Amino acid sequence: MMNTEAVEMPRQSRLQLVRRGAAAGFPIVLGYIPVALTYGVIAGQSGLTIAELTLMSVLVFAGAAQFLAVSMVAAGTGAIEIIIATFVLNFRHFVMSLSFMNRLRRIALKAKIPLSLGLTDETFTMSSLHKREAKEEYGSWFYASLMLTAYLSWVGGSFLGGLLGDIIPSRLSESMGVALYAMFIGLLIPSVKKHSRIAYIAVIAMAVNYVFQLWGISQGWAIVIGTLAGGLCGIWILEDEEEEV
Amino acid sequence: MIIWIIIGMALVTAVPRFFPAFIIDRIQFPKWIDRWLNAIPYAALGALIFPGILSVKPDAPQIGIIAALAAGALAWLNLNIIIVVLGSIAAVFLMTF
Repeated sequence: MMNTEAVEMPRQSRLQLVRRGAAAGFPIVLGYIPVALTYGVIAGQSGLTIAELTLMSVLVFAGAAQFLAVSMVAAGTGAIEIIIATFVLNFRHFVMSLSFMNRLRRIALKAKIPLSLGLTDETFTMSSLHKREAKEEYGSWFYASLMLTAYLSWVGGSFLGGLLGDIIPSRLSESMGVALYAMFIGLLIPSVKKHSRIAYIAVIAMAVNYVFQLWGISQGWAIVIGTLAGGLCGIWILEDEEEEV
Repeated sequence: MIIWIIIGMALVTAVPRFFPAFIIDRIQFPKWIDRWLNAIPYAALGALIFPGILSVKPDAPQIGIIAALAAGALAWLNLNIIIVVLGSIAAVFLMTF
């Protein structure tokens, strides 16, 4: 199964893979720019300097946690509480990284570590649905390029938001808030079309996440539990053949 | 003060991201865990889409639902993901007149 696929696949050069990675990262850029600009504006209003708010994007690279942190700074919350809240909200990346790293078993540890640091909800889902590249000899160049494209737009957008304010007209920028959700849907649907049973995995994750949030569990843990529960059903729902698609 | 918050946030975000690289390097999983991990991207997509999409317009959750249906329809037609994203932005833009 794997072998036939590898034979059919023309080998690609590093440059080709870098280009394709950047192209695959472009929808993420579209989603990140308005969010990053808004983050820059709100962080500035919360009292962070442009250097500080940009540094946070450089070192943390996690949108939801950064929004939460700057709102907590504005509310005068203590540092320890902010750091704990960040940990809880970002713990889902542990689960995502475990999944992605397992797919990259062939890639050397020294390449896996920088790739793991570039994982966000968006880079993880986009990378994971580009499965074939994990089997390419230079596949890590594809993922690195995808993540770097997303990262630069996040850092650049944050900086510009802090410097210039929200330069996108407010109604357009509000409408662009749907972009990342639309991207997630755009990633999910083709897989569901190919194997309708994948829909069960996603729907179970949605339902569990929703119910736990209704019960008052924090969003961070609810997403972790929903993702693990949906994935767990995949043990019975996915067949070996589907894993390879 | 802020700088320490940023460094602390960076550490608690980075460690859960890179720690799995070491786990994977040392441990070979049984088949059922491989399957579980292979299903994680689809599960994550589900958990990230819902109920989050209801808060695209927090005071009007139906806008999020309609935008989701628009994105779903465009994706079902095998259109490029950029078109899916732009189409749903346009849908929200038109609905918020």
